[in-house]
Amino acid sequence: MESKANGRRNSPGWLLILPLVLILVPFFIVPIIGVVVASFVQSDGFGGIIPNFTLDNYKGVFTSGLTYQLYWATLKFSVFAWIFSLLIGFWIAYFLVFHVRNPLLALGLFLICTVPFWTSNIIRMISWIPLLGKEGLINSALIKTRVVDQPLDVLLFSSLAVVIAYVHQLTIFMIVPIFNSMARIDKRTIEAARDAGASRFEIVRFIVLPLCRTGIALGSIFVVSIVMGDFFVVKVMSGGGSASVVGAFYEDIGVLQYPTAAASATILTIIVLLLVVTILRTVDIRRELTR
Amino acid sequence: MTDFANADADSVPIRRRRALAPSSNGRPWTFYVLATLFTLYVIALYGPMVCIYILSFQDVRGGLVFPMRGTSLHWFVDLFTQVRTGDVKGAFSRSIRLAVVVTIITVVISFLSGLAFRKRFAGDSVVFYLMIGSLVAPGLVLGIGVGLICNVLGIETSWYTTALGAQLSWTLPFGVLVMFAVMSRLDSAWEEAARDLGASAWQTIFLVIVPILAPGLVAVALFGFTLSYDEFTRTLLTAGSLNTLPLEIWSMTLNVTSPSLYALGTVTTLISFIIIGLCLGTIARIQKRRVSGPAVH
Repeated sequence: MESKANGRRNSPGWLLILPLVLILVPFFIVPIIGVVVASFVQSDGFGGIIPNFTLDNYKGVFTSGLTYQLYWATLKFSVFAWIFSLLIGFWIAYFLVFHVRNPLLALGLFLICTVPFWTSNIIRMISWIPLLGKEGLINSALIKTRVVDQPLDVLLFSSLAVVIAYVHQLTIFMIVPIFNSMARIDKRTIEAARDAGASRFEIVRFIVLPLCRTGIALGSIFVVSIVMGDFFVVKVMSGGGSASVVGAFYEDIGVLQYPTAAASATILTIIVLLLVVTILRTVDIRRELTR
Repeated sequence: MTDFANADADSVPIRRRRALAPSSNGRPWTFYVLATLFTLYVIALYGPMVCIYILSFQDVRGGLVFPMRGTSLHWFVDLFTQVRTGDVKGAFSRSIRLAVVVTIITVVISFLSGLAFRKRFAGDSVVFYLMIGSLVAPGLVLGIGVGLICNVLGIETSWYTTALGAQLSWTLPFGVLVMFAVMSRLDSAWEEAARDLGASAWQTIFLVIVPILAPGLVAVALFGFTLSYDEFTRTLLTAGSLNTLPLEIWSMTLNVTSPSLYALGTVTTLISFIIIGLCLGTIARIQKRRVSGPAVH
């Protein structure tokens, strides 16, 4: 990508990008390196570290059955959040792009979907409490209509509540990039397919879906990386019933076990990056973004 | 996320769609199914939030669930006067000041980076993937890293230094992604025209590019402000001893079980809505002036 021909242009490019690099180096690269280094040293048990190389932290993480349980739980939440946000996000975007005929109305409805993204996630999460709680709206409605006799316990402080909160927060990350990809599809392609006798399903399956691959990939990256890196939704919405990978090493930090936390954090970061790289391999995200 | 600005710019070409839509006037059955799905989605999106706004206006007997017990501003007063709920006022002012600084830095750096990424330069892919990495890395891992480094170097963490940097590592990738979307619609003919007419590089940037990109820059500002104002995981371990607002809300969710929590939700959402309204209003005003004005189109 670097050719001698635009070597002349390199210096202004670098000057313009320098501020970004000056933020990313101390606040992304150096901390990550710091965590990786810390994962290989010994803890003195009092929040300090002893600069001796050791693999004990990793041994501890890998030999603990808890680790696998945590990853299994986090992975399960990621998959559920991903599936539901993708399904809902895809069809919402499809509706806005292909079914709403007035472009101003489509833009307005799109904005309605995006506004909550700019408000506090924590508040949006706790706002489920008056609905899902034991005496919440949904339980009262179910009892009033005699669907159930006893209030359902599974609604709040359960895995269900965690998934609901994730889907509530993250579907927007699917809608926006998929909407973006769909809006770029030339409507004449669809017309041509229809004229050639394609059914509605075939149009979605063979034209729309392939053409919004990038949108789906981008959305998936956001959803998966956010769920994998989350701990407060799990902590609050499961009522302490479920734990998460991040929650576990946050607790290690609380008891000043930095090296153990760092080992766990390093493994998680590697897994998240591998997932993201896998998704990125399916699309050329950069070309799509700068196009 | 790249698209909030695009959606605006798209509104004109989308108009073709009507002409290309199937000639039959009836809506297909899928329209009604998807319209129902959309309606349910919007209800699920806003419904819970509306519930806590309503519940925050209960009187002193109020609880965390319906039915409403009286109406008053009791819990709002409680929020700002009680010691039990922590230093909410201080957290508010810190969060807003921090968000303003983050917004300014995010807009400036995203703009410069957006300009840089229009051309290929040595190492551009490296910077691009660093940015993606910074976006997807678990926030708490970065927090631990910043904490460790500060520990080693003997730097005290605080909300206006380390937390500022940690938040920028999250808002900047978003800002640059939005700039990509904005820049892809910038016609380089404007710049060439400016240069041909004798504008210097600075004049081209400030008198031509910035005004053309103004709506996009406002969108970046919106992202910068709201993402910083609501940022939690990256701030948690980097803010030092004084809390920002999301950290305050977090500690409240763990130990406050009164509608004070909802009152805080109402107040902070109100601020978010004001910011969103201001930004969207500004963008709409700029767009409108363009459509009616003869100069730029």
